[in-house]
Amino acid sequence: MNFVRKYSLVLIFSGLCTFAFAQAGHEHHDHPHTAPQEQAADKAHEGEHHDAGAENAGHEAHEEGPCGHSLSIEPEFNAGDNAVHHISDANVIHVIGDIYINLPVILKSAKGWKVGTTGMFHVHHHGNGELANDGYVLVHGSVMRILDEKFQQGEFKVEDYTHQVVEEGGKSKTVYNALIDGQCLRLESKTTYDGGILGGGVTGFSDFSITRNVFTMLLTFVILFLIFRIVAKQATRTVHNAPKGLQNFIEPFYTFIRDEVAKPNIGPKYEKYMPYLLSAFFFILGLNLIGQIPFFPGGANVTGNISITIVLALITFLISTFSANKHFWEHTLWMPGVPAVLKIFILTPIEILGVFLKPFTLLLRLFANITAGHIVILSFVSLIFILGKAGESVGGAAAGAAASIPLTLFMMTLELLVAFLQAFIFTMLSATYIGTAIEEPHHDHH
Amino acid sequence: MLFLADFNVLKPEPGLLFWTTLIFLLFWFMMSRFAFKPIGNALKQRELDIQNALDEAKKAREEMSQLQAENEKLLAQAREERSAILKEAKEAKDEIIAEAKERANAEYKRKVESAIQDIENQKQAALVSLKNQAGQMAVDIAEKLLRRELSNKAEQEAYAKTLADSINLN
Repeated sequence: MNFVRKYSLVLIFSGLCTFAFAQAGHEHHDHPHTAPQEQAADKAHEGEHHDAGAENAGHEAHEEGPCGHSLSIEPEFNAGDNAVHHISDANVIHVIGDIYINLPVILKSAKGWKVGTTGMFHVHHHGNGELANDGYVLVHGSVMRILDEKFQQGEFKVEDYTHQVVEEGGKSKTVYNALIDGQCLRLESKTTYDGGILGGGVTGFSDFSITRNVFTMLLTFVILFLIFRIVAKQATRTVHNAPKGLQNFIEPFYTFIRDEVAKPNIGPKYEKYMPYLLSAFFFILGLNLIGQIPFFPGGANVTGNISITIVLALITFLISTFSANKHFWEHTLWMPGVPAVLKIFILTPIEILGVFLKPFTLLLRLFANITAGHIVILSFVSLIFILGKAGESVGGAAAGAAASIPLTLFMMTLELLVAFLQAFIFTMLSATYIGTAIEEPHHDHH
Repeated sequence: MLFLADFNVLKPEPGLLFWTTLIFLLFWFMMSRFAFKPIGNALKQRELDIQNALDEAKKAREEMSQLQAENEKLLAQAREERSAILKEAKEAKDEIIAEAKERANAEYKRKVESAIQDIENQKQAALVSLKNQAGQMAVDIAEKLLRRELSNKAEQEAYAKTLADSINLN
């Protein structure tokens, strides 16, 4: 009780501080920006230069060359960009400051495979590479490719990276450029399968690198495997003894999945599906929890990346579809006891849609929950930089921290719950779908 | 707008799809083979063990209660027997005492009677002997008297007196 009282006091105090400093900060904000470079030097956080506010338009205008805005100029802190940057996958791991961990890159283009590490780009500030290698460059930690054929072979020194908004086919689009030998060279992103809806699409190259997310998945795999090997060894060695240590931590999860998820939803044939349900549960849980750690080697938003959830949901879909029995297909395609007209025009289309909607909701739910959690936490942390004007106002930063710490603490606690909850829900729904597909007919319910 | 363009967590990428599939399938295989299977078997075995132990305990408990019931029965029987024995013993004791008393009484009576008989006999014997002695003495005195009478009359009387004095019936 005492703790709660103290905590609410801190919360109220921080709220008042925030308000006070926000007012002060706002006044300061109205002053013209006279020294953008100094301001830039103070900023510790990376971000992108874009969406300039009205008062910034003046000083931005002279940065704007024919090639667009330079990426090496420190922009105004933008919480949205910051959050998006941190939840995205990357080809390097940002540890702290200018320290990056190079990861292997495996790239495929029409010209063939390119294998190496991100070391070949000489990564420096903000995950931008100093060198272009066989047409590939590193921009904000992601590999991009120079479209110009003349630069697709050999090494070149990249002077700067820029981004600009161009009009293409009636749509405005943000593109990145590399500045080499004073030439403005257009860059393309790696291939994505969003069909251009989200600004991506199939491009000249695909990235099969061990990215931050892949690295985190491998790390999670190794950690989980080691933990489970210890438990498995203990369990087999001391079958007739009472469980102890790590066993007591892992086994309740196992029995929970077995007794609360598999048995009630799948029925007597549950044992066949146990390995998949357990794998999905622990894989998602491990990734969720490692993603919660705010520093290296954690922090990667793996289960909040749609590629990962697509794969997991697809496997559930394939398992449930291929285990489905006659009874399931009959009820899906030609529901007995319903007039044919209703079946053809309403029931069957809806049921078929449902078959595909189920995995779709599965992948979207996990993705959205984890990404949302990461964004909210990053936004709360961003309060410190927003109120501190990215280093200009120490008081503002302090107030921001006072407000941010309890909020972030709250969100992280909530996310801890969500990490377990989403792993459970994914497993639970997978079990339900499998259970529906293999359900034996009950002859009494028609 | 840049926001959406950079929101690449929503864009499926071939590389990530490939690696996730590979890593997850490998994870699935390795974990089921080297972790979930042994753990599941151990759990099943342990559950069986626990169930067996519980069953055994239940059986032992049942046996115990059965034994206890038997014991109780035996105890009750023993108690009954004991009280029966006690009763018998008491009866026997009373009987013995009564008999002893009777015999004692009889003996006593017999002894008293024989004592009375003895006394009577002794008395008779004494009387007979007394009668005999007194008769003898009287005869003796009479004889002596007769002899003295003949010599002196005074002396005769004194002598008779001494004789009479000498008859002391002890």
